[in-house]
Amino acid sequence: MIDGVTMLPEFRGETSGTVPLEKIPEIMAALKSQGFTYLVDITGVDHQGEDPRFEVVYELCDLQKKKHLRLKTAVAEGDSVPSVSGTWRTADWHEREIWDMLGIRFSGHPDLRRILMWEGYPHHPLRKDFPLAGLPTEMPDIAFTAKAPLEGGPFVTSSADLTQDREPRAHPAEERNL
Amino acid sequence: MARTADAAPVSPTEDVGEKLVLNIGPSHPSTHGVLRLVLELDGEVITKTDTEIGYLHRGDEKIAENMTWNQFVPYTDRLDYMAPLANNVAYACAVEKLMGFELPPRAKVTRVICCELARISAHLLGLGAFAMDVGAMTMFLYTFTEREKIYNLIEFLTGARFTTSFTRVGGQIRDIPPGFLEGVSEFCAQFPAQLDEFGAMLNRNRIFVDRTKDIGIIPADIALDFGLTGPNLRGSGNDYDVRKVFPYLDYQSYDFEVPVGQVGDCYDRFAVRMEEMRQSVSILRQAVAKMPGGAWQVDDPKNVLPAKDKVLTKMEELIHQFIVVTQGPDAPVGEVYFGAENPKGELGFYIHSHGGGVPHRLKIRAPSFCNLSILSQLLPGHTVSDVPAILGSFDFVMGECDR
Repeated sequence: MIDGVTMLPEFRGETSGTVPLEKIPEIMAALKSQGFTYLVDITGVDHQGEDPRFEVVYELCDLQKKKHLRLKTAVAEGDSVPSVSGTWRTADWHEREIWDMLGIRFSGHPDLRRILMWEGYPHHPLRKDFPLAGLPTEMPDIAFTAKAPLEGGPFVTSSADLTQDREPRAHPAEERNL
Repeated sequence: MARTADAAPVSPTEDVGEKLVLNIGPSHPSTHGVLRLVLELDGEVITKTDTEIGYLHRGDEKIAENMTWNQFVPYTDRLDYMAPLANNVAYACAVEKLMGFELPPRAKVTRVICCELARISAHLLGLGAFAMDVGAMTMFLYTFTEREKIYNLIEFLTGARFTTSFTRVGGQIRDIPPGFLEGVSEFCAQFPAQLDEFGAMLNRNRIFVDRTKDIGIIPADIALDFGLTGPNLRGSGNDYDVRKVFPYLDYQSYDFEVPVGQVGDCYDRFAVRMEEMRQSVSILRQAVAKMPGGAWQVDDPKNVLPAKDKVLTKMEELIHQFIVVTQGPDAPVGEVYFGAENPKGELGFYIHSHGGGVPHRLKIRAPSFCNLSILSQLLPGHTVSDVPAILGSFDFVMGECDR
């Protein structure tokens, strides 16, 4: 269909494909000129323990032909993704959010600052190795965070393979009395 | 002078005197929540804007990765807290798309009623707050009178007024109560006359029109480039409405129009919302008229919560209740994106599932997040007094923007 895109099997009526990291700028620009004028969303996914670790997902829409297309690219830890903020300006904030939440850098981004967390915050909270309860950080004069009680919630479920391990955990009594 | 989003910032040569940096927010009446704008001013004119968000960041996406599908429903109430019912529906539809469920007709029509009631109530608040920001206090009281009637209906339907948590994967918490449809019809019968009155108070109101016409003009292509959706995009003349382009809940079987603006200024965004409320009333009437009988949730006992009366009396249903509550609906491996036309724009959920009862990644595509990203481009060239008008016309919610 499109040069450089490897199509994936259709799931729930959605078309998706993968693109190599370095070809993103040209493929995205070509797609935009073909009618995909609306960039719905960019998402980052952390597959901790796999290699490459991250995945960046682009959702595109062609409003005239009423078509939706998902493109994905694998990103290794430490790699930079070429920014598409020059193609769609909405990508600017989405890429800032992915940098903030997952720590994936975007090369060629005009202003890659944190967006939801404050400037100087040392962690990337949506990474799988960041605990739900949070990590204590202290930056005098700026902000501080403390660990949330009850590991972040009274009923927390983990994504284990065994169904019995997925059941919400009960917390030890001394923890509940926090 | 018409000022557009493309207007170049004032050039250094025009620059007279010192620049002043003005902070608006994070807590300011016209920022409707906790948005912070850092404005650089040359006299009264804005030369540079920096939009700071994140003051209401709660980590909803992280929380979602640590709970079962149904446990996350209450968190969706708190995204766009002006329209919790619409968020519940959008989230449930996204998970159902992943599960491959086809809802029974009664559930679909019930959800359409939920969405449209939420749309009217959200637009009423947006309208009242917008009018108040530009100096028309009375509107706020008028629109809240109407909102109260919708809240009574929502309370009747869900048992809660604000945090509804009405949907579950595969259906709703319960069927619509007897007398609810009559209540909706009653509301539809009197509401258009109220809308006319709201229009009469604002459409030719000199102060309102002067403060909104030709202010904050966004050309259609720039609006789409910044990912604007909902009334903010349609105010600019682009007719993209998820209900028409990618219909869900059988929206294609309803007869309604998608209003669009011509100029893309604050007044057009206001006018689009006014007309959308009329269209919602029409959809509500059609939905009430065609409400089918039969099942109101998907028939899949291992993944959908059983009816409460059966849980208390039947062994099988009790077991299913335990499975669904503790392990969650067993989703397949895969990924889906589902976008719904919410009052603020396209609310989308991208779900990446590794199978089982919890998502591996759940991304919320928040319309307010994308809508606000245009401010740094739009505000320069306007005066400080235009800021409340532009922010009011955007009708954003920080709960959704920051997640």
